[in-house]
Amino acid sequence: MAIEEQVLKETALADLHKEVQVYHNRGFRLVQVSCSMVEDSFELSYSFDKDYHFESLRVMVPAGTTVKSISGIYWAAFIYENEIHDFFGLEFEGMSLDYNGTLFKTAKKFPFANVTFRGEEPCQKK
Amino acid sequence: MSKEIVVPFGPQHPVLPEPLHLDLVVEDEKVKEAIPGVGYIHRGLETLVQKREYPEYVYIAERICGICSFIHGMTYCQGIETMMNVEVPERAEFLRVIWSEYSRMHSHLLWLGLFADGMGFENLFMDAWRLREHVLDDMEATTGGRVIQGSAKVGGVRRDISSEKLDEMVTGLEGIRGELKDMMDVFLFDSSVKSRLRNIGMLSPEDAYELGAVGPTLRGSNVASDVRMNGYAAYDRLHFEPVVEDGCDCYARCAVRAKELFASIDLIKEAVQKIPDGPIEVKVTGKPEGEYFSRAEQPRGEVIHYVKGNGTRNLARHRVRTPTMANIPPLVKMLQGCELADVPVITLTIDPCIGCLER
Repeated sequence: MAIEEQVLKETALADLHKEVQVYHNRGFRLVQVSCSMVEDSFELSYSFDKDYHFESLRVMVPAGTTVKSISGIYWAAFIYENEIHDFFGLEFEGMSLDYNGTLFKTAKKFPFANVTFRGEEPCQKK
Repeated sequence: MSKEIVVPFGPQHPVLPEPLHLDLVVEDEKVKEAIPGVGYIHRGLETLVQKREYPEYVYIAERICGICSFIHGMTYCQGIETMMNVEVPERAEFLRVIWSEYSRMHSHLLWLGLFADGMGFENLFMDAWRLREHVLDDMEATTGGRVIQGSAKVGGVRRDISSEKLDEMVTGLEGIRGELKDMMDVFLFDSSVKSRLRNIGMLSPEDAYELGAVGPTLRGSNVASDVRMNGYAAYDRLHFEPVVEDGCDCYARCAVRAKELFASIDLIKEAVQKIPDGPIEVKVTGKPEGEYFSRAEQPRGEVIHYVKGNGTRNLARHRVRTPTMANIPPLVKMLQGCELADVPVITLTIDPCIGCLER
């Protein structure tokens, strides 16, 4: 099996827009944005591709932080940012299309946010 | 005087048996804006990685979708294998290609049938699904399952296919090729089909790329991008070029899928010729640690299974980015300015799979 080489670059939240803009200027397409919980922080991965060359930007976001949307650079990012908001509860500011928490209608609000900072116990324990 | 109204399309709609909702802002029968709504059937499968150990999670990955089931399982396995440095036997890689291409044929024939049905062409619909039955029969004969194959596993595949059966499959596919040519004459050259598809749902190459379109939606806009070119499984040992059309309309996306059927037959034939003897799996021990974005080309386009191991038998995170999700923003763009009557056909050309989207 040919193993795909993947680049993962860590960046600070303050530099995120600048870094995303660099990818856009270099002609990369936005592949996906995903989120994972690392303790009480959100670990965001922004992935880009050009000519089968796959690179990701990694940014750590402390709980309670509002992230500036990248949909001003990559318009299509709205779908991923709305998804992350609905599953994890992470707030994005300035999305090109904001569903206000109604894209995914889940029985439990923010089901993947396995954190206790909202004063709830982790959903997996319920 | 024209008046702006909002027409709700779906989630239950006769032309689209997938629970996708669109709020269509319409003026004088022209769609000014389309706002998609999903989330009616979300199953939360990703969270099950915390309850299922990584080898048995393959069964869940395969159940994300009933059409590209095998490719979901295989892509997940690839992610785990890369994290754990597992070298999959060559025969297993060829078998993965064969079943992946059968899945693609099954999906494209299903889509062509639904598309014909969406246009009101019932005879063509039944013809496409009749051919699909042959593909499903071969999948059932080799894996035991028509819908969920259960053949992918971390370290290889669960079942082998005998040389006699492989030859029989190629002979069967050559028979299908002849019938496909007749059917494609209608899909690609019939004037009534052309009039429904030509210059409808335009998506320029720049927009397709910029909006992150994948699969036939991207290749129908003249962008030659296909993850199979990365050479995963055994694709690096087979001759393959992406099928590209430059029409940028519904017809082009239909033509890409139609021509990909022939490409799949060629790939299966070549894989059968080159498949080596040997084991079909290796024993995998240990616990995955690290992370990987595993990519594969599903019938609808690029799928990504992000896997993150934490050194235990359960993954820390599993995330699936399906092709339908990537194709939603391009769909919004295509629907802007179209005729209301063309909405079903345009929506169908991204081949929305809400089962995948709401994994």
